[in-house]
Amino acid sequence: MSDRTIDRVAAATPAPVARKIKGLSDRAIAWIFVGPTIFLLLAVNIFPLIWTIRLSFTNFRANRINRETEWIGLRNYERILTDLDIWLNMQATAHFLIWTIVLQVLIGFTLAYLINKNFRGSPFWTTVIVLPMMLSPAVVGNFWKFLYQPQIGLFNYIVSFFTGKDPSSFEMLGQVNLAPWSIVIVDTWMWTPFVMLICLAGLRSIPDYIYEAAEIDRASKLRQFFTITIPMVLPFLMLAVLFRGIENFKMFDLVVQLTGGGPGSTTELTSINLKREAFEKWRTGYASAYAIILFVTVFGLASIYVKALNKVKER
Amino acid sequence: MSSYTVTAPSSRQKWFAGTMVVIYALVTMIPLVWIMITGFKSPADAISYPPKVVFEPTLEGYVNLFTTRTRQTEEFLNANPPQNWADEIVRKYDMVIVGQSKFGERFMNSVIIGFGSTFLSIFLGTLAAYAFSRFKIPLADDLLFFILSTRMMPPIAVAIPIFLMYRNLGLSDTHLGMILLYTAVNISLAVWLLKGFIDEIPREYEEAALIDGYTRFQAFYKVVLPQAATGIASTAIFCLIFAWNEYAFAVLLTSATAQTAPPFIPTIIGVGGLDWPAVAAGATIFLLPVMIFTILLRKHLLRGITFGAVRK
Repeated sequence: MSDRTIDRVAAATPAPVARKIKGLSDRAIAWIFVGPTIFLLLAVNIFPLIWTIRLSFTNFRANRINRETEWIGLRNYERILTDLDIWLNMQATAHFLIWTIVLQVLIGFTLAYLINKNFRGSPFWTTVIVLPMMLSPAVVGNFWKFLYQPQIGLFNYIVSFFTGKDPSSFEMLGQVNLAPWSIVIVDTWMWTPFVMLICLAGLRSIPDYIYEAAEIDRASKLRQFFTITIPMVLPFLMLAVLFRGIENFKMFDLVVQLTGGGPGSTTELTSINLKREAFEKWRTGYASAYAIILFVTVFGLASIYVKALNKVKER
Repeated sequence: MSSYTVTAPSSRQKWFAGTMVVIYALVTMIPLVWIMITGFKSPADAISYPPKVVFEPTLEGYVNLFTTRTRQTEEFLNANPPQNWADEIVRKYDMVIVGQSKFGERFMNSVIIGFGSTFLSIFLGTLAAYAFSRFKIPLADDLLFFILSTRMMPPIAVAIPIFLMYRNLGLSDTHLGMILLYTAVNISLAVWLLKGFIDEIPREYEEAALIDGYTRFQAFYKVVLPQAATGIASTAIFCLIFAWNEYAFAVLLTSATAQTAPPFIPTIIGVGGLDWPAVAAGATIFLLPVMIFTILLRKHLLRGITFGAVRK
């Protein structure tokens, strides 16, 4: 090191000042670091959203660009909300949503409770259980179609093996009364592990000393379960339900591969219906309004739910 | 070491819990095992009743997956002896292999788009997460919520304007377009997960580096990045798996050059209906990497799922 004044000055400069001289300020770095992400999200998420809102007030059709587009105000919204078929799709979605959540919570929590007993090999079996949720829903859904085949399918064979019913006497995907359940079964098979993992995190977050204290107070095991385990896991469980709820409201890939919305429109969830309007019938304006209605519904329900969740957390 | 506690489950409880979980795990594996088995069946075995567990394994499904074939007359077949083992297999059906199918290409598209978007989302996500973790950013909480809320939109809802936008920009059915799109979807998760990991690294490390004369950039990539490596790796796997599995955007926005495997596999058609062994072979090749990843990296992955969820 030389002994020049400038070096001595540099050495004596306080760190923050020196940093500013040597490089960019923290503030500038912060914006350089965050900027690209925000820009990308604006370009690919927010800009399209605004565009969708604009389109929703028109009768634009993406397959006929040269046709003059008219501004038709709220007519799209009016037509959607008074359309009986759309309410049927909403019902199909609600059926799917409610039953998948009920089943996944029940099975997922039970599994987490059992795994939390820490038996030998539990980490390995947890991994095995988690496998389905890591896989591509479209590819797996497509294969389930094979399992559900009336004569040759494995699912029908197993059901007939246990119930004695003829395996070609029922069609999971082809019968109006069974098809809504066929998609519930596959989604439950696929996503129960997710609920299980979050419940497991919840169970593991309960400190042992709470149970020890309860034991000293001679609280029965059953009572401990209902006054300690359940309330402590509840926030986690509710979070899992939120994620599954949002995901299943958007459900597209799995169901479109399994049933394609059929038979009739018994499993035509809103996303599938929306895809049909937008990319098969090319009613772009109408579909945009539909998309906005769905988005507002998810967003609204999710916000109400998050408020409830926060209340549970505070307790 | 084994002191008595009231909270530890008894060995009988453990045995019961273990049995139940193992039964569930085995049942849940049936469809996956069935996919792999079916890939090695002949088309006739695949659709036999009752479903066959014991059968003569054949590579027909894999051959059909990777090739295109045509039916030929007997004279032609007699005049041209089979060229290799794959050709020999299809001769059984009076066919000859005439070329490669599109599966290899589609699979490569999945690889390119998957890795490209993962790299980009990790690169941008790490920078943003670091900034959110370390600097005072005005409205940071609102920005973070905004980043997260972009995941609530149904893909089909965003797909309409993206379809129009890509058509105008010439991005539809291109690798770049799909990479940018998947990056935008993944980045919200990446920022949230990575912020958690970076928050755990003590600030003192960087402060020490800054005092030693490092610039912010140097402190970032020489001190913070190595510390966050595990977190970055597990976040990368999540991004990769999402991009690998994605279907809705792929089916709407790609048709030829940039089509990935998930929209392609269900369209594999054999002679007289769906060629289930070929579909199963394609599914096996496509699903197996993810399964292996999951088993090898289970610790980080399982932590990542709950970590991300519980944080939000």
